[in-house]
Amino acid sequence: MFGKLSLDDIPIHEPILVVTFLAIALGGLVVVGAITYFKKWGYLWREWLTSIDHKKLGIMYFIVALVMLLRGFADAFMMRSQLAMASAGSEGFLPPHHYDQIFTAHGVIMIFFVAMPMVIGLMNLVVPLQIGARDVAFPFLNNLSFWLFAAGVILVNVSLFVGEFATTGWLAYVPLSGIDYSPGVGVDYWIWALQISGIGTTLTGINFFVTIIKMRTKGMKMFHMPIFTWTSLCANVLIIASFPILTATIAFLTLDRYLGTHFFTTDMGGNMMMYVNLIWAWGHPEVYILILPAFGVFSEVIATFARKRLFGYGTMVWATVAITILSFIVWLHHFFTMGAGANVNAFFGIMTMIIAIPTGVKVFNWLFTMYRGRLEFTSPVLWTIGFIITFTLGGMTGVMLSVPAANFVLHNSLFVIAHFHNVIIGGVVFGMMAGLTYWFPKAFGFTLNEKWGKRSFWCWLVGFYLAFMPLYVLSFYGAVRRMQSYEDGSWQPLMLIAWLGAVTILCGIVCTLIQVFVSIRDRKQNQDLTGDPWDARTLEWATASPPQFYNFAHLPEVNSVDAFWEMKQKNGGTAPKPKAPYKDIHMPKNTWEAPVMGAFSTVLGFALVWHIWWLAIVSGIAIFATFMARIFNNDVDYYVPAAEVERIEREVQKRAEMQA
Amino acid sequence: MRRNPYLRALGLVLMLALPLVLAGCSSALLDPKGEIGQEQRTLILTAFGLMQIVVVPVIVLTLAFAWRYRKGNKDATYAPDWHHSTKIEAVVWFIPCVIIVFLALLTWYTSHSLDPHKPLEAEEGQNEPMVIEAVSLDWKWLFIYPEQGIATVNELAFPEDTPVRFRVTSGSVMNSFFIPQLGSQIYAMAGMDNDVHLIAEEQGVYRGRSTNYSGAGFADMYFDAHVGSQEDFDNWVAQVREAPDTLTFPEEYYELAKPTEGHFIKYFSDISSSLYENIIKSFHAGGQHSEQMAQYADAYAEGFGNGESAKGDEPQTYGESMSAEAAE
Amino acid sequence: MATDTLKTEGHAHGHDHDHDHHDAAGTKLFGFWVYLMSDLVIFGSLFATYAVLLRGTADGPTPGEIFQLPFILVETFLLLFSSFTYGMAVLAMNAGSVAKVRQWLLITFVLGAAFVGMEVYEFQHLIHEGFGPDKSGFLSAFFTLVGTHGLHVTFGLIWILVMIIQVSKQGLTDVTRPRILCLSLFWHFLDIVWICVFSFVYLMGAL
Repeated sequence: MFGKLSLDDIPIHEPILVVTFLAIALGGLVVVGAITYFKKWGYLWREWLTSIDHKKLGIMYFIVALVMLLRGFADAFMMRSQLAMASAGSEGFLPPHHYDQIFTAHGVIMIFFVAMPMVIGLMNLVVPLQIGARDVAFPFLNNLSFWLFAAGVILVNVSLFVGEFATTGWLAYVPLSGIDYSPGVGVDYWIWALQISGIGTTLTGINFFVTIIKMRTKGMKMFHMPIFTWTSLCANVLIIASFPILTATIAFLTLDRYLGTHFFTTDMGGNMMMYVNLIWAWGHPEVYILILPAFGVFSEVIATFARKRLFGYGTMVWATVAITILSFIVWLHHFFTMGAGANVNAFFGIMTMIIAIPTGVKVFNWLFTMYRGRLEFTSPVLWTIGFIITFTLGGMTGVMLSVPAANFVLHNSLFVIAHFHNVIIGGVVFGMMAGLTYWFPKAFGFTLNEKWGKRSFWCWLVGFYLAFMPLYVLSFYGAVRRMQSYEDGSWQPLMLIAWLGAVTILCGIVCTLIQVFVSIRDRKQNQDLTGDPWDARTLEWATASPPQFYNFAHLPEVNSVDAFWEMKQKNGGTAPKPKAPYKDIHMPKNTWEAPVMGAFSTVLGFALVWHIWWLAIVSGIAIFATFMARIFNNDVDYYVPAAEVERIEREVQKRAEMQA
Repeated sequence: MRRNPYLRALGLVLMLALPLVLAGCSSALLDPKGEIGQEQRTLILTAFGLMQIVVVPVIVLTLAFAWRYRKGNKDATYAPDWHHSTKIEAVVWFIPCVIIVFLALLTWYTSHSLDPHKPLEAEEGQNEPMVIEAVSLDWKWLFIYPEQGIATVNELAFPEDTPVRFRVTSGSVMNSFFIPQLGSQIYAMAGMDNDVHLIAEEQGVYRGRSTNYSGAGFADMYFDAHVGSQEDFDNWVAQVREAPDTLTFPEEYYELAKPTEGHFIKYFSDISSSLYENIIKSFHAGGQHSEQMAQYADAYAEGFGNGESAKGDEPQTYGESMSAEAAE
Repeated sequence: MATDTLKTEGHAHGHDHDHDHHDAAGTKLFGFWVYLMSDLVIFGSLFATYAVLLRGTADGPTPGEIFQLPFILVETFLLLFSSFTYGMAVLAMNAGSVAKVRQWLLITFVLGAAFVGMEVYEFQHLIHEGFGPDKSGFLSAFFTLVGTHGLHVTFGLIWILVMIIQVSKQGLTDVTRPRILCLSLFWHFLDIVWICVFSFVYLMGAL
């Protein structure tokens, strides 16, 4: 009846987990209670959960990402604490079985459920506005993508309290993740969480690719697109081309574990290195899926706050395209020590280094955008400057790792850990924080508190260096990744510094939470009724903040890069106001089907993890039936009458005038 | 001039970083004891140095531009529409290209010269090359000395100035064989015969370990490599030959392969012939890996590292290992 | 349906809509193309894995020992012919004949179902002989590659059924037409993939 699931799988003997569960359950009860008390369920369902509005989906992605950041960081903090203690024979407070789950969960959560939703969330919020579109190409799919992603999030979190998570490392290398060596459900949770959310990501990739190619506003040529849109486009190309590899690879592993096939087994004709090749053929493009949009954010931020056109727009675009292509022919650098021939290693090493050229060019372009500008040190700019310096260092260590002969001593060591945190924190996290601060007023109509934003930045910056510079040093002493304890007591002081770094980053996260709280509290003072609080350059600022659900009363016409800047120049420095006559606007309707499909996907994943076959079949049929309901539902769009548009626009303008 | 708070914070970070950098100088990778390791140190430092040509100017320019072109500085030129300069673009493409070309040549050369599979020739005054076979098991290292007909667990010994060919495989999941002070690591993969050639040019005890995470007992998968004179090594071999245990394939080998946690040293005075080859073959067609695995199924299903497993057991030590003093 | 009514209403107002509404069908088709490309990457991974595992027969049968080319050839012609009949369905759609569309879709369905039936028979036969997907790396890759294609065809069959129902109920509308065209792309795509499977797996295996 319940497959492999029994009461023993609830870890009531783990105090850490019990306390966490109680805290989450209590928090959950408060939220549910509050929603019920204020009678907000209907509102939540109509305005958010079923919404096909890309701006709201973007916000929901970001909220989930921030919640998961707390979880992922809690894991990181436990790891740093464990390593600060478990020195020279001491076992620390986490036994291997627990520690191994934590570093696996940390990696999985930070990449799939923090970085990805932040990037996709920003794309949702910004891209349709930047290209002057009313919505994405496939609004229903967009909502479905979110709910499939959410299903993955839920499964990962359920694994905390029902059963266990994988103890294999975030990429679940075989044969360790095979059924022989990992007979528990941990790897199965990993499989289904990633498989379901990965399908959602693929759909997002297709959706945004088509949106950018097909739905740009009148006159916007490819080379008029803002850089963030360009980098998003390239990231989506990477998603479309790489995520199916992940889907296939996980499917093979699933068959190995569930049906006893021999794709990746060590015997019976299986080939374990095929797994490693396939997973990195996805995994390397994946890191560029994360970093390219962050590059885009920095480009927008630096041009806006330097009050100057971006230096070398064309170069920037071609550099992005070059990185996109190159990212597919470097995957082997993740396992030079497999022992491939010298020629193969040298080829992949050199290809990897070549990526440093377009990346370096981008850095110089940002530098020369500041040159002869009027740079305002807002917190997005601080994140950007912090990024340029930190990322340059990370790029440098990356090139060091890409030399195969040097990689033979640095591989699997803490050097690798320090390197990729150097580029992911310095690049993706800083980029997403910059993007969050920069576009927050667009999403909510008021700016974020600058003081707390800057505090957060300094904590993150200092915390990052404290936490990861010691790891570079430790790697030279032979410290490797994923050790639950170490025998050399002389490493402990550096581990303690790294722990202090984690504390400092914690302060940064707390500052961000306070920032959000303070900003919401003071939203009246920080209100932005112009829609353009930064005197910015691209189309998303040409409409109200938050934009009307149809984005633009009239779709703008574009003849150049920095379209909105040009509009303002022509109009004597201020944004032109939309004028009557208005037209009817064609809009999609909300969907109940997508969240329902997402919910059943979660159930399906859970059933498959625990081998509860009847439930898997029932939920599978339910997903199909819901999809059929969608297929046969032709009532999916409507027109907003011109009169209604006029009423909304007049109201927005009246509010703006009252403030002025 | 009022000191900029940003610069001050950066200075603090750099100050903190300095002792870290200095501390690194006496570390395993920067104080190698063999030819391979030494060349890799040179390589790392060269690559690091080369990249400073870009890294240092970028950091300096970032801070300088940000400060000079700050909003409050009305003395600085402001050119809001300036966005292109062929000259600058040519330079910013050219410099990274040159550095990468140089690094690429270096990469091509060292990928071949430091190829782990490339045999090391015994130079003048050095001993003839020898072979040691390393097998990673859950969670320990089995070292087989085919020429001597002995084997050990978690202890390695060989004479100085002797090129050693380590043949590396796994009897279980993937691991990586690495002695940081001697240089290159290589993956240990079941059913596959990998190798790495290393040499120690100084006597001493060098810590080695698996660097590739392999499960609950991974943290303890380390061993000492004792490098002494030829005489020290011969004595050590004689000592191993006196041990009571033998290692036959398949019976005693699969007993040893049983997953255990914790670091222990064990000597085997006699081994089955072609032990290493048999371990590899057990994964190939007609091999007995699967059926033998079945006997450990319960052990893996119970889960390791829950704090209540074999971890607490006393480490077993047989005989006196080749002590550090003897080696030095 | 609602779209149609709304559209007539819209036009009744006498002013044109923003161009964001232009060519929704074109966007849909383009999106479906992009989806097919991503699906192609899945098949690419499958082919690559098959190529790597081809020699992993582990004392089990080699490709030459288990493939019966004449049987597969019949299967192949069924699928190729179904592509032709689907083409006829699209022509019928362009001519605006609901009855003919339905008829050609039905024929396509029968051919596709026969293809899947034969594949199931082949699989069942192999498993019965003791050559199941759990016997060797090669067999795992073979079953998965061919089976994934078969699964796609099965989904295509379900889709054909859905389209037959929709066309019968709703006629050829702005909603159903792009769907028939997308399904057409899907069906021909599966044909092309099958030609690769046939030549790469069966022909090269039997040689």
